Amino acid sequence: MLTITLSIFIPFLAAIFIPFIYKRIQSRHIGWFVIIVPIALFIFLASFIPSIANGSTYMHSIRWIESAKIHFTTYLDGLSLIFGLLITGVGSLVILYSIYYLSERESLGRFYVYLLLFMGAMLGVVLSDNLMVLYVFWELTSISSFLLIAFWYHRKKSRYGAQKSMLITVSGGIGMLAGFIMLQTMTGSFSVREIVATIGQYTDEPLFLVALLLVLLGAFTKSAQFPFHIWLPDAMEAPTPVSAYLHSATMVKAGIYLVARFTPIFGGEAVWLYIVSGVGIFTLLLGSLNAVKQTDLKALLAYSTISQLGLVMSLFGLGSVALHHGYSTDSVIYTQATFAALFHLVNHSTFKGALFMVVGIVDHELGTRDIRRLGGLIAFMPVTFTIALIGSFSMAGLPPFNGFLSKEMFFEALVNARNLEIFATGTIGTLVLIIAWIASVFTFVYSMIIVFQTFFGEFHPERVEKPINEASKGMLVAPSVLAILVVIIFFFPNLIGNYLLRPAMTAIYPTFANAENLTPHIKAWHGLNTALWMTIGVIVLGTILYRFMRYWKGVYSIAPFNWNLDTAFNSSLSWLENGSHYLTRLYMKGYLKDYLVYIFVFFVVAVGGSILFTGSYSFDFSDDSSIAVNEFLIVLSMAGAALSMLFVKSRMTAIILNGVLGYSIALLFVIFRAPDLALTQTVVETVTTALFLLCFYFLPEWKKERSARKTKIFNGIIAILAGTIVTVLGLTVQGNKLFESISVYFEDAYRLAGGKNIVNTILGDFRAFDTMLEVVVLFIAGIGVFTLIKLKSKKEGQDIEDQ
Amino acid sequence: MKINDVILKTVTRIVAFIILTFGVELFLSGHNNPGGGFIGGLVLSSAFVLLYLVNDIDTVRMGIPFDFKKIAAIGVFLAVGSGVGSVLFGEHFLTQAFGHFDLPVFGVTELSTVIVFEAGVALTVVGVVVTIILTISEDV
Repeated sequence: MLTITLSIFIPFLAAIFIPFIYKRIQSRHIGWFVIIVPIALFIFLASFIPSIANGSTYMHSIRWIESAKIHFTTYLDGLSLIFGLLITGVGSLVILYSIYYLSERESLGRFYVYLLLFMGAMLGVVLSDNLMVLYVFWELTSISSFLLIAFWYHRKKSRYGAQKSMLITVSGGIGMLAGFIMLQTMTGSFSVREIVATIGQYTDEPLFLVALLLVLLGAFTKSAQFPFHIWLPDAMEAPTPVSAYLHSATMVKAGIYLVARFTPIFGGEAVWLYIVSGVGIFTLLLGSLNAVKQTDLKALLAYSTISQLGLVMSLFGLGSVALHHGYSTDSVIYTQATFAALFHLVNHSTFKGALFMVVGIVDHELGTRDIRRLGGLIAFMPVTFTIALIGSFSMAGLPPFNGFLSKEMFFEALVNARNLEIFATGTIGTLVLIIAWIASVFTFVYSMIIVFQTFFGEFHPERVEKPINEASKGMLVAPSVLAILVVIIFFFPNLIGNYLLRPAMTAIYPTFANAENLTPHIKAWHGLNTALWMTIGVIVLGTILYRFMRYWKGVYSIAPFNWNLDTAFNSSLSWLENGSHYLTRLYMKGYLKDYLVYIFVFFVVAVGGSILFTGSYSFDFSDDSSIAVNEFLIVLSMAGAALSMLFVKSRMTAIILNGVLGYSIALLFVIFRAPDLALTQTVVETVTTALFLLCFYFLPEWKKERSARKTKIFNGIIAILAGTIVTVLGLTVQGNKLFESISVYFEDAYRLAGGKNIVNTILGDFRAFDTMLEVVVLFIAGIGVFTLIKLKSKKEGQDIEDQ
Repeated sequence: MKINDVILKTVTRIVAFIILTFGVELFLSGHNNPGGGFIGGLVLSSAFVLLYLVNDIDTVRMGIPFDFKKIAAIGVFLAVGSGVGSVLFGEHFLTQAFGHFDLPVFGVTELSTVIVFEAGVALTVVGVVVTIILTISEDV
């Protein structure tokens, strides 16, 4: 289906046109034009729900780089559909929200271009089947999120957060790339589907485990899992719509998508189970503990996102056990963990998106999101309060909200996992269960903090920066839609279960025949079992902890909860900076002469060394044609010009002698019947000489350089060596033939390319890629000259510094 | 740069047009004879450079009111875009096609998609060379 491929590119195309529309349209908010894109894409993707639910998948491939087996293949199955719907659905709501959130004084054109870039990249990640294409889009999400976080680039913190997130996610991505390449070397394919089909034969390869770890590195950095979670709180410097979109609903879930997508490949391994679940559970605990102590609402939500992502991650790890055992009635029970993970993924996007928007509203209306300054807002903002209540209670896992259902399934999955025989004894399983339960208690506590400390208590008008008002109606629409979804999903969970989650389950367990077994019937009342008792325990202990928080919150200042990972990151960053400064100062002396020495020494060592090493300095003159007298004379005059350049006293003479060299080469081209080259050489020589003369007037006095005897000898040796090697190289190239000449191909130029001029057909038809890139390089060089000369004196850089 | 040279100025008026025409001729005949986008662009830009050298920058700017940076950008866009064009027809990136057509005035003429690519190259060369020379001379 070509249309699926196109749907990836539609956001990019729209992004190109946004700046032009933005300039034309002043009367309306540009967001109204942007929102068309995600809505259209959402409807388009939603139209696939019935057929995907019936088990069909869609694939379309465009040939791209065939020699490297890289094709632009898109693949739409249940798993990509869920993510696609989240990206476009939450995307539409976020853009709707941003229309009211961002005032028209902001540079909105830029904002929406970045947002559309991000949306396209994200769709590319979830819809690509080819690993290399997936990687390209993966890094594009990092780059576009960097731009979005740094949207208010005049703030120092924004720049810091953007840099941090990019450094961490991109370096993880590069590790992932290495993992992908290893997968390809093992299986011979970049296609996920093909790898899934053949991976069983390769699990014993030594590279398999390394590839597994590297892919997980990419997933963990992106999904902010411990110890890479440190970037997410700093990324909260982004405008709130961005946080709601990137840092709760989409980008951070790319890592989860990756884990889900690769579960059929690596899932059977015990290492996969241990790492994914272990890191997930630990992140869940760490995030929830840290969230409670935050005073900034957005930072609280950031840590809660980290912890919830850990929850989903650990569930995917548990669910992968089913693949280890293969398809049987015993193993199907473990797939419930994966089902719960997918379900919680959807739920998390709804309630966390709504909560981020609520925090944005509070920030927008009051100018602060510090919990210590807020309170009593319920009287002024009833609608916002309702949404916050729904979102928080869903996050805490209370009925009648969707978070309750997935939380119950999470507990059940953990109770089941206790019986696993992969775990040595039941003790580890019990430990995990206890950790998860503690984390859930703290999740309950911070969810209550959001609602009660913001909306109840006393209102202090002197502590906030603006007079208080309920948010505008438009701003409330998007979070209300999400809040309503939270409730609807609670009452009709099986709609999502059957139509969205079941096809995704078959995508994760392709070898499991019966999809019906993989889809449990979700019930709000599931009997008075362990899971429900755990929830009751969470509520009781959570309420107690919340009530008496002021007595125990002091623990945070004693206990080493601040893991100092941030400090480690900062110090390693500054160490890197200092190190590279030192290293750079070692060789960047500022003398052109030194740089030439580096270049030539490298040349002598690398080229001369390899000629010596391979012993290819043999010459063969037997085939050479004789040298005519005029050719001899030209070469002689060139040599004369080159030599006398060393001894001339005036710069003018040197320029003219240089010109002699250039024009003589053109003459040689004429003699050897290469009119094209001769023409080019002549014109280039003319233009460069004109340039030279242009600068001539302003150049400083021509001075003979006086240097020490040692340097002179050293330079002389290098010069002689470089000259010798060039000569040897020329003769060697002429004498050795490793490959068949490809000139036959070019001799056919008229038939193949319709041109009688071989040189031109080579440049334009056969090797146009070289020419194209040369043109690009030329352009970049031109821009470089322009900016270096024109923009040097402007000192605006100072103004945007640190705020 | 102010050179008050009557002979140079008078000659340039005629010569510039000859060079420009020659540049276009080189560009168009490139596929079968010596020439092509790169050389054509260089010759064209040498004509512009001559004009700038002889007259002052503001005078020439009145006659040729182009932003040469934009011309370079358009050139790069054309060159890369012509490659994307072939992808839309299901071919490899930068695949070119040609055909012979019977045109009213020119008779049977060979038309090739390379001309778009070459035009991009030529425009980039003109834009970059003139931009560099103008920036350097304006800096003084």
